[in-house]
Amino acid sequence: MPGPLTKKVPTPNPFWLASAPPTNSGDQVKRAFDAGWGGAVWKALGQPIQNVSSRFGSTNYFAGRHVGFNNIELITDRPLEANFREIAEVKRLYPKNAVIASLMVESRAEWRDIIRRAIDAGADGLELNFGCPHGMCERGMGSAVGQEPKVNEEITSWAVDYSTVPVLVKLTPNVSDIVPHGLAAKRGGAHGVSLINTIKSVIGVDIDRFVPLPRVGDLATNGGYCGAAVKPIALHMVAALARHPDFRLPLSGIGGIATWRDAVEFMLLGSGTVQVCTEVMLRGYGIVGDLIEGLTEYMRTHGFQRLDDFVGRAVPAFREWGELDLNYEVVAKIDATTCIGCQRCLVACMDGAHQCIHPDPSGSRVPVVDESECVGCNLCQIVCPVDGCVTMEQVANGYAPATWREHEAAGVLLRPKKGSHG
Amino acid sequence: MTRDPLSPDRTEVVFADAKPAYTPAQAVIEAERCHQCHDAPCVAACPTAIDIPGFIRRIATGNARGAAGTIFASNVLGMSCARVCPVEVLCVGRCVYHEQGLPPIAIGRLQRYATDAAFAAGWTFFQRAPETGRTVALIGAGPASLACAHRLSVLGHRCVILEKRPLPGGLNTTGVAPHKMRADRALAEVDWVLSVGGIEVRTGVEVTDPEALEREYDAVFVGVGLGEDACLGVPGEDLPGIFGAVDFIERLKLGTVSLAGVGSAAVIGGGNTAVDAVRELRTLGVPRVRLVYRGGESAMSGYAHEWDVAKKEGAEAVWNAVPVAFEGDGAVRRIRCAVTRDRRPVPGEEFFVEADRVLLAIGQAKLGEIFGRLPGISLDRGRVVVDADGFTGRRGWYAGGDCANGGKEVVNAAAEGRRAADAIHRHLQGGRDA
Ligand SMILES: Cc1cc2nc3c(=O)[nH]c(=O)nc-3n(C[C@H](O)[C@H](O)[C@H](O)COP(=O)(O)OP(=O)(O)OC[C@H]3O[C@@H](n4cnc5c(N)ncnc54)[C@H](O)[C@@H]3O)c2cc1C
Ligand SMILES: Cc1cc2nc3c(=O)[nH]c(=O)nc-3n(C[C@H](O)[C@H](O)[C@H](O)COP(=O)(O)O)c2cc1C
Ligand code: SF4
Repeated sequence: MPGPLTKKVPTPNPFWLASAPPTNSGDQVKRAFDAGWGGAVWKALGQPIQNVSSRFGSTNYFAGRHVGFNNIELITDRPLEANFREIAEVKRLYPKNAVIASLMVESRAEWRDIIRRAIDAGADGLELNFGCPHGMCERGMGSAVGQEPKVNEEITSWAVDYSTVPVLVKLTPNVSDIVPHGLAAKRGGAHGVSLINTIKSVIGVDIDRFVPLPRVGDLATNGGYCGAAVKPIALHMVAALARHPDFRLPLSGIGGIATWRDAVEFMLLGSGTVQVCTEVMLRGYGIVGDLIEGLTEYMRTHGFQRLDDFVGRAVPAFREWGELDLNYEVVAKIDATTCIGCQRCLVACMDGAHQCIHPDPSGSRVPVVDESECVGCNLCQIVCPVDGCVTMEQVANGYAPATWREHEAAGVLLRPKKGSHG
Repeated sequence: MTRDPLSPDRTEVVFADAKPAYTPAQAVIEAERCHQCHDAPCVAACPTAIDIPGFIRRIATGNARGAAGTIFASNVLGMSCARVCPVEVLCVGRCVYHEQGLPPIAIGRLQRYATDAAFAAGWTFFQRAPETGRTVALIGAGPASLACAHRLSVLGHRCVILEKRPLPGGLNTTGVAPHKMRADRALAEVDWVLSVGGIEVRTGVEVTDPEALEREYDAVFVGVGLGEDACLGVPGEDLPGIFGAVDFIERLKLGTVSLAGVGSAAVIGGGNTAVDAVRELRTLGVPRVRLVYRGGESAMSGYAHEWDVAKKEGAEAVWNAVPVAFEGDGAVRRIRCAVTRDRRPVPGEEFFVEADRVLLAIGQAKLGEIFGRLPGISLDRGRVVVDADGFTGRRGWYAGGDCANGGKEVVNAAAEGRRAADAIHRHLQGGRDA
C-alpha cells in the first residue's frame, strides 16, 4: 500500500471533516479543531452561487432515523474573500491541523487563480471537487467532470501544475466502475483520491402533494445521497481502487462514517484518512472524541503502533467471486439458552431463504435448524435480535477447497448442493 | 491496601441487585435510544456534570473504555454513583423522553455497565502530575475525601486519609442499601481510587485534635460526614430492641443481624434512611413493618419512588404520629404514639403501635463541633460552613460532603470533594486564599 496522505499533509489524527456545511466557515472549523478533528476540507469554493431554501431530506427505516440523508445544496454561497481570510486565520491559530481547500471552477484561468489564492491563504492541500451530482453538474462542473476520465485527467494536471501543495481528487460514485476515474486522476498527477461524494437520489415523495422531496415550492430535483446507508457503496469503491495494481495512491475514505468502527473499516480497505459529513451534521463535532478513542483502543488491542500497520490490511482478502472456495460450508446454530422465542429466523428462512428452520415439535418456542438443508446464507443470524444467539458454524465436510475456476478447469470435486433442490 | 476481609456470611449478601447489570447487547440497545441532546438536561441535573450523552454514545459504538473514561473524567466515584444515585430525581428525572411520554434512558444502569467494564478490565485513566512535595490530610475516608484525595493526587500532591472506622468508604461501605450496592463493591472502589497512587489511608485513626494536623500537613480537608443516630428523648428509649437505623444498617452490611422472632417492626422517621430501613426489614423477612412518621405521606422527605417500591414490598405506614414513650417488659413491645397535627403532637390524643423491633431514623448528629473550636471555622447548627469552593475561612482548611452540606447524596460528596481539591491546589500553588 502507498503511505497515507497524512505523510504529505500533516494532521494530528486521520479524522477530517468532509467538504460540506460543517466546514462552511472559520468559526465552525475552529470549534471542530477544538473538539479534536485532525483536519477539515473546506466547503467547496468557486464562483458565487445562490442556494435554494429547503435543501435536505432524510430517510428512516422504522426506528432507525436518518439512515440515509440527501441534499440539493451547491458549493459555498459565501464570498471567496471571506473564505480565504478565514482559512488564513484558522491556519494561523491551528498550524498543526490540516486545512484542505475544496475547489470547483470551470476554466483553466479560474483554476489557476483559485489555486493560487487557496495556497496564499495557507491551505495544506487542495481537493478538486469532481463529485457534486446536483446543480453544479448541470453547469459542466462537479460530477460532470468526474464522469469523464479525460476531463478529469486534464483538469487534475492543470491543478497539479499550479499547485505547490498536495492535490486530492474527490471522485463521484455516479459511475458504473470507479477504477477508470481513479486512474484518470492518477494520470493527471493527483497525490491522492478522496471518495465518495454523494449519490444521485430522490430521498422520498410527499405522497399528499405529489412532489418528490426535498420540496422547493411545488417542484423538486434529484439530490446527493449520503449518510450511513451509503457506506457499503463507498467501501466497495475504496476497495476497488485500493486493490487495483495500477492505482496505488493514498485514499481518503468518505461515505456514511458514523463511528470509530466505520472508520476502521475504511482504513482496513485502504483509506489513510477518513472524512465525515452527515454524522457531524446530525450529531455535532463532539463525535470525534469517540472516533479517536475507539481507534486508539482498536489499535491497542491489535498491537498496532501506527496507522500503516493496518491501513489496507483487508485489501488482499477482497477478491473476485471466482476466487472464493465453493467447498467452504457453514450452518446456522441457535443457542437455546439466549433465544427469546421471537421466531423471526423461522419466518425469514421459510419465506426468504431455504425452508430449513422449523418449529420445535415438542412445543418449545426455540426453532430447530435442519442442518442437512441449511445453505449457510446468514439470513437467520441477520434477523435475530439477540446478539450471539444465532451463530454460523463451519462444517468439516471433508471436501478440499475448490473455486469455480478450479472446478471448471480441472474438475475439482464440489460438495453436494443443499437447500430444497428436490 | 491490606485489610481484614469482609465476612462472607454478613447479612447483606442475601440482598439481590435492584437494578441488575446489563449485558453488552442490552447496554447497546438502551444506549442507542439516547437522543444525544445538546446542552443536555441530564448533565445539568448531575452534581458532577458527567458528559452523559458522550458516554452513552461511546457505549453505543462499542467503546466501553472511552465511556468509562468519560464518566471518570468528571466523577471518579462513577461506579458507586451508578448504583446508589437517586437517578429518578437527578439525571434520569430530567431525560427529555419524559416530555415525549416514553420511558427515560436508564442512565444509571448504563453508567454501571461502563464503569463495571473498566473495573473488570483494569483500565487506567489517570496519570499523576509530578510530585509537588505537598501533603494534604483528609479526615474521614468517605466519598467526599476519596474524591478530593484522588483529584489532589492527580494534581501531584500527596494525601493522607485518616479514618476512625476499621474500613474505608464511609457510608458507601456502611450505609447504602445493599440492594443498590454491597460493601465489597464499595471497598473495590476505594482500592480503585487508591490505585492512582500518592494516597495513604490510615484506618482506625480518629481525629480528636484537628489543630495538631496543621503542624504536619500543608492543608486539611474535613470529610467526616454525619455522626450517631439521633434520639427522641422519650421514656423507654433504652429498652432492648430499639436501635439507631444507621447503626442497624451498618451491622447488617458488615456483620450479622438476627430478626428471628420479630413479628412486627417500626421505623421512626420519614426520610430516605427510614425508607431504606423499612425495605431492608421487609427483605429480611419481618412480617409486618411500619413506618411511623409525624407528617403525612406527601410531607415525607424520603423519595416517593423509593417509598412506592417499599409499599409494593409490603411496607405499611402510620402517618401523623410521633412516639411519646416506648413500652415493654425487658424489651420493647409497643410504642405509645401521639397524634400530630402539622407535625406537632396533639395533647391527649394517643394510641399504641405494636412493635418488637424499633429503628430510629430521625436524623444523625452533626460532627462539626471539634472543628468549630478552630478560629476561622464557623458552624451552622453543627454543620461546617464553607464557600462555593469548600473553603472554611481558616487558611488551609476545606470541607465537603455531609458534614458541610448537612446530609445529601454520595454524588454531592463526590462533587464537593473534587471542587475542594481544585481549591486546595490553587491554595498550595499560592493562589487566592494562600
Ligand atoms: C442509611 C443511609 C443510606 C444512604 N443511601 C444513599 C444512597 O442510596 N445514595 C446516595 O447517593 N446517598 C445515600 N446516602 C447518603 C450518602 O451516604 C452520604 O451523602 C455520603 O456518604 C456522604 O459522604 P461523606 O464522605 O461526606 O461522609 P461519610 O460517607 O459519612 O464518610 C465520613 C467518614 O468519616 C469518618 N469519620 C467521622 N469522624 C471522624 C473523625 N473524627 N476522624 C476520622 N474519621 C472520621 C467516618 O467513619 C466515615 O467513614 C445514605 C445515607 C445513609 C445514612
Ligand atoms: C449538505 C451537504 C453538502 C455537501 N457539500 C459538498 C461540497 O460542497 N463539496 C463536496 O466535495 N462535497 C459535498 N458534500 C458531500 C460530502 O462531503 C460527502 O462526500 C458525502 O456527504 C458523503 O459523506 P457522509 O456520508 O459522511 O455525509 C456535501 C454533503 C452534504 C450532505
Ligand atoms: S437547522 Fe438552522 S438553518 Fe436549518 S432550518 Fe433549522 S434553524 Fe434554519
